[in-house]
Amino acid sequence: MIAGLAKVSCMLLPGATLVCVLAACGGSESRDFRENPPAGSPLSAIKESELEPGGAVHTESTTVATLNNAYAISQGKALFEGMNCVGCHFHGGGGIGPPLMDDEWIYGSDPSQIFNTIVEGRPNGMPSFKGKLNNQQVWELVAYVRLLSGLGGTSVASAREDHMYLSPDLQLRKPQKPKNAAAPFK
Amino acid sequence: MKHSRAAVLLACCTSACSGFDRQSAVDPAGPQAESIEHLFVFMVVIAVVVYIAVIGATIAIIRRRKATDEDPRSPSREASAARAIKLAIGVVVPVLFVLLVYDFSVGRSVNAMTNTPMLTVELTGHRWWWEVQYEDPIPQNRVRTANEMHIPVGRPVNVKLASHDVIHSFWVPNLAGKKDLIPGHVNEVIIQADKPGVYRAQCAEFCGAQHANMSMMVVAESPERFSKWIASQRQVPAPPVDTLAARGQTVFEGGQCAMCHAVASTRAAASIGPDLTHVASRLTIAAGTLKNTTANLGGWIVDPQGIKPGVDMPSNALSPTDLRALLAYLRTLQ
Repeated sequence: MIAGLAKVSCMLLPGATLVCVLAACGGSESRDFRENPPAGSPLSAIKESELEPGGAVHTESTTVATLNNAYAISQGKALFEGMNCVGCHFHGGGGIGPPLMDDEWIYGSDPSQIFNTIVEGRPNGMPSFKGKLNNQQVWELVAYVRLLSGLGGTSVASAREDHMYLSPDLQLRKPQKPKNAAAPFK
Repeated sequence: MKHSRAAVLLACCTSACSGFDRQSAVDPAGPQAESIEHLFVFMVVIAVVVYIAVIGATIAIIRRRKATDEDPRSPSREASAARAIKLAIGVVVPVLFVLLVYDFSVGRSVNAMTNTPMLTVELTGHRWWWEVQYEDPIPQNRVRTANEMHIPVGRPVNVKLASHDVIHSFWVPNLAGKKDLIPGHVNEVIIQADKPGVYRAQCAEFCGAQHANMSMMVVAESPERFSKWIASQRQVPAPPVDTLAARGQTVFEGGQCAMCHAVASTRAAASIGPDLTHVASRLTIAAGTLKNTTANLGGWIVDPQGIKPGVDMPSNALSPTDLRALLAYLRTLQ
């Protein structure tokens, strides 16, 4: 009887351990489908021009939530293709537009500077997406664009590409320390 | 006979479908679904007979065990056990074989090509909506719509299935069995409706957060009404005359809408989201999630994430005037 119980508990032990380990992981990542209020905020907070390239650094709470979120990054990736960013920047290597997977950032590598670049557009070809995308979508794009050069949490990047990809996968990409970074590189 | 059988089966199933949400495999409306339903009824009858036989045999064994108390190792008992096993194999194997042959023959018949010229429809699955395109040798006669497929009654339709992202599955229970939409591969399924009606199609392969809300209406109508419909779909919408609707068009083309949607003959020509050229003529919006009313459309435009969380359509921060203008414009797209 006791031997039987011992056998049963031996069989249960690995399962019980697994349950404990899973419980310790503390649940899944949260997905933010929309900003509050539901309709999002209009992009009026962005100034039309600044004297310095890259513009002033402004902070918003959304960045923190979005930049290291796997769902936001995958949405950003879909937008990067859907909004035809790939048309000029290709999949990070650049062509018509500057490459996004290197350490050179003409208008700054800070999330808020990239936000401004997308919303306001930049001289010599970068169009303005003001009124074409809502804030949340722009932040998702920012998160993905930063990840192209290994900035941000590479662990939240997708390990699989949907298309042919020659460069190292996003998860394995070495962070490219931005030249002339406004904020100290972490 | 057929009606009573269907009634019994319907009582067994939980869904009593009617009108708009007609979706039931035991209420076939075409030859493919009918042969699948016959196979289902045949299998149910056999399963019921087997169930009764097994329960009956179990009861008989329990009773006999109480009555006789002889030694289980006696030769007479072994002989009767061997007889019982032979009998069981002799019954089970032919029954399974009959089911197998019937099953294969149904599989062949639902995929059989006919000599009748078929209508060809290309169906592409997206997360979480359906893109429908009617093939035509003349390019300008091709029709592109979304989440609604009109088919003529009595004519087989070849549906070519493709996927834009993950694996989906096309299932109109009233018309045919399931067939997967696989990325990088074109599958085909033949459907035919013999009775006019609106049949609900559902994605039958889990494809993400809004899999349950990925549905479509298959509208079977008389050949005359169908040709009228397809002719109207080929028409390019006239520019709005009403000032409010004209302003709505500016909102549509200048804002977030045109980044993903297309309306023929306007500046909006993106193909990420459903084509909205004839959106006002459709029965539902958001892939069968909501009825196509102005109020639902307004709610959907402002806060799609509240209705279908995770959908690619973003929230739209429109001013009330712009929203009213946009809705007026979308209503003109008949």
